[in-house]
Amino acid sequence: MAEAPTVINVTEGAPFIGPTVDVGLVMRRVIYALLPGLLAYLWFFGWGPLTNLVYAVASALLFEALLLGIRQRSLWPFLSDGSAVLTACLLALSLPPMAAWWLPVLGSFIAIVFAKQLYGGLGYNPFNPAMAAYAVLLISFPLEMSQWLLPLELQDQILSLVDGFRYTLNGQLPTGLSFDAISSATPLDKLRTDTGLGHAVSDIRNAPVFGLIAGQGTEWVGLGYLLGGLVLLWLRIISWHIPVSMLVALAAMAGMGFLIDPQQHADPLLQLFGGASMLGAFFIATDPVTAATTARGKIIYGAGIGVLVYAIRSWGAYPDGVAFAVLLMGMTAPLLDQYTVPKVFGARRKGWRG
Amino acid sequence: MRRLWSFPGGIRLPGFKQMSNSETIRGLPVPERVYLPLRQHIGAEARPVVAVGERVDKGQLLAEATSFVSAPVHASTSGVVIDIGKHTVPHPSGIAEECIVIEADGEDHWHSALAPLADIDNATPTQLRAAIREAGIVGLGGAVFPSAAKLKPPRSIDTLIINGVECEPYITCDDLLMRSSAEAVLRGCLLLRRILCAGQCILVVEDNKPEAMQQLRLARDILIDAGESGAEGIELVGIPTVFPAGGEKQLIKVLTGREVPTGGLPYELGVVCLNVGTAAAVHDAILLGRPLVSRIVTVTGNGIKRPGNYLVPLGTPTHALLDAAGRTDDEAELIMGGPMMGQRLPTSQAMVVKGTNCILVNKPEPQTAQMPCIRCGSCANACPMKLLPQQLYWHAHGKTFDKLERYQLDSCIECGCCNLVCPSHIPLVSYFRYAKTEIADQAYKRQRAEESRLRSEVRQERLERMKRETAERNARRKAARSKPKKSVSVKATADPAAEDAPQSQQVSNG
Repeated sequence: MAEAPTVINVTEGAPFIGPTVDVGLVMRRVIYALLPGLLAYLWFFGWGPLTNLVYAVASALLFEALLLGIRQRSLWPFLSDGSAVLTACLLALSLPPMAAWWLPVLGSFIAIVFAKQLYGGLGYNPFNPAMAAYAVLLISFPLEMSQWLLPLELQDQILSLVDGFRYTLNGQLPTGLSFDAISSATPLDKLRTDTGLGHAVSDIRNAPVFGLIAGQGTEWVGLGYLLGGLVLLWLRIISWHIPVSMLVALAAMAGMGFLIDPQQHADPLLQLFGGASMLGAFFIATDPVTAATTARGKIIYGAGIGVLVYAIRSWGAYPDGVAFAVLLMGMTAPLLDQYTVPKVFGARRKGWRG
Repeated sequence: MRRLWSFPGGIRLPGFKQMSNSETIRGLPVPERVYLPLRQHIGAEARPVVAVGERVDKGQLLAEATSFVSAPVHASTSGVVIDIGKHTVPHPSGIAEECIVIEADGEDHWHSALAPLADIDNATPTQLRAAIREAGIVGLGGAVFPSAAKLKPPRSIDTLIINGVECEPYITCDDLLMRSSAEAVLRGCLLLRRILCAGQCILVVEDNKPEAMQQLRLARDILIDAGESGAEGIELVGIPTVFPAGGEKQLIKVLTGREVPTGGLPYELGVVCLNVGTAAAVHDAILLGRPLVSRIVTVTGNGIKRPGNYLVPLGTPTHALLDAAGRTDDEAELIMGGPMMGQRLPTSQAMVVKGTNCILVNKPEPQTAQMPCIRCGSCANACPMKLLPQQLYWHAHGKTFDKLERYQLDSCIECGCCNLVCPSHIPLVSYFRYAKTEIADQAYKRQRAEESRLRSEVRQERLERMKRETAERNARRKAARSKPKKSVSVKATADPAAEDAPQSQQVSNG
């Protein structure tokens, strides 16, 4: 690749055993690990997430190929490494389901072109591409970014896949169906608005969008991501540090709020299984390129995200805060890495020498 | 049961040991010629004590040790010295070094003067150590440090570790040695322990070698039954198979829970670590009177017809060994040592030396595309030294060598674990080797520059001093010659007009 300086002769010297994993394998495994969450999403919310996925993945691959071409990089190794597909999947799953076609396409454009390739492509992006795109979309299109679907059992009429695609392309719903009948505020949004209006959390939670522990349906999606995340942990593709520290920090913050005033603050379970907490903890915050890499650095990084997520949800201008939290902590990652260097085997003292 | 610790990182590797450990050790026909390098060890080159044309017997001294860290070389077969000169030695560069070449007579008879150490039971540690030194014994695990030097640590030793771990894939020479000569290994341990007066002696084997462990247990029982004092004190310990558990620092950590300090040596912890092969060689030297003239070499890999272990006279060219084992594939590359830390041999002309534990003949791995680092941290998890290879790579790549020193690149043992787990297929160890060489080179150049700067300063000073002295001398001579004139000049300064000038200057200054 272009990154390898000429001074290094790869064929020179040990080890003489080839590596057993490759980037593509890692990325594909992460994508497969999204399946439980995706299936729960489809089960509870219909085809909406799928239209997002189709638009995002297809356009991400297109933009990736285009930019690789412009940057005169070899196409196949980078298109097949799965990184663009994974970015697109994470973006698609973060957007409101059944979003108009241009929203995921624009998101992919921002993610792949601006957040990734213009910084040098795979491995060189300082910010999580999917989250950078999500943040830009959220700020630019607040209305489109807050039109979430109701769970199927609360919808009057269930859309077919064809209807879903038709709607995303031309905005036309089947006759007799208005978008209001199938859409609603997210549980976190409702919680935010209604506590702001002075309602008690216990009353708000009686609303139909809430389920057993968090949102109706979304709690199952969260559990699906948790399951996929545990598989990634078991496969050692991610380490425990970031998800655990993020979820513990989020739960601790929520627990404190809940203890102070349970009528003003939702309980920790709702925070853990509401919004993008689980997706963020296991799939987004763990993006190796933009996260801290040392063990202690990862713990601080994850905990920082957890605290920020809670802060943005409780006191910020947005109902969810995973994207902003990940981007903010991403800025600190290089610094965290520098100040959390582990003690080298046999070293007399910690960290940097000299 | 001894409590075991674990070392950080490490990886589990497929062993490929069954390829070469299913049969007993094979002999090798006496080679036509043996090429014995004068430096088969770390330290100073040995000095030849024979001349071209001289007849020598097996085990006869050919070259003597020249300093504390040095080792003698003995004839590995009987014959005639036909050359003392440069021949290709086993090194990736294919470099030639000074060797003594013996044309074998095929008799292979031992030198008559060789005899076991007299009155072994009453021999002092100094005498035993001298015998080890004279036998040319060096660390046979691969580091080839002269053993006698290692056995004279500057402080007392409480733990002697005999390393039978053999953690590299493919290699089985220590395995076969322990299976076939367990008693010799244990007797060697007893002698080493006597020299060091070590409180405990641990013989450690990875748990993928149950047969070796079994033989060691049997041999220990035999020694105990024979009333061999101290035999029951040799602790036989099995440890989990994780690469690189056989590395000295890792092994000491596993057995004692302590870390050898950076830049330090095991004796600082009261530990000495020696290979099982070394222990067996000590047995041969002291109890049989035989210097180190041969070793067991594993010949294996998918390019070999009959993989196995061979007892090889030192100096045997690799091609003779390959002929005996049968080479199936001329495309396959030659590796001396294991696949993780071995060295590629550019030619089969290079000979077996004291440090040769394995000749691995494998097809080269297909080249895979190198991708950018995605900072996944797999390398850091695998690093047994707890380094951050992803940061080291970044700075080696950017040639920011000062950062590399701060990230302690010098602690890297080049075990290759990071290389193997990297999903981006970055040849990390190659980068680190390159950076280490560059850093050493820069340090050398800095030192040279500093020296030449000092030299030039001294020279400048000397030149100026000479100039000054000459000027002073000239001035004195001149003054001596023109003494009468001096009164005139004194008169001149007394001139009122001349006195005005300094005064006016003072005014302007004020």
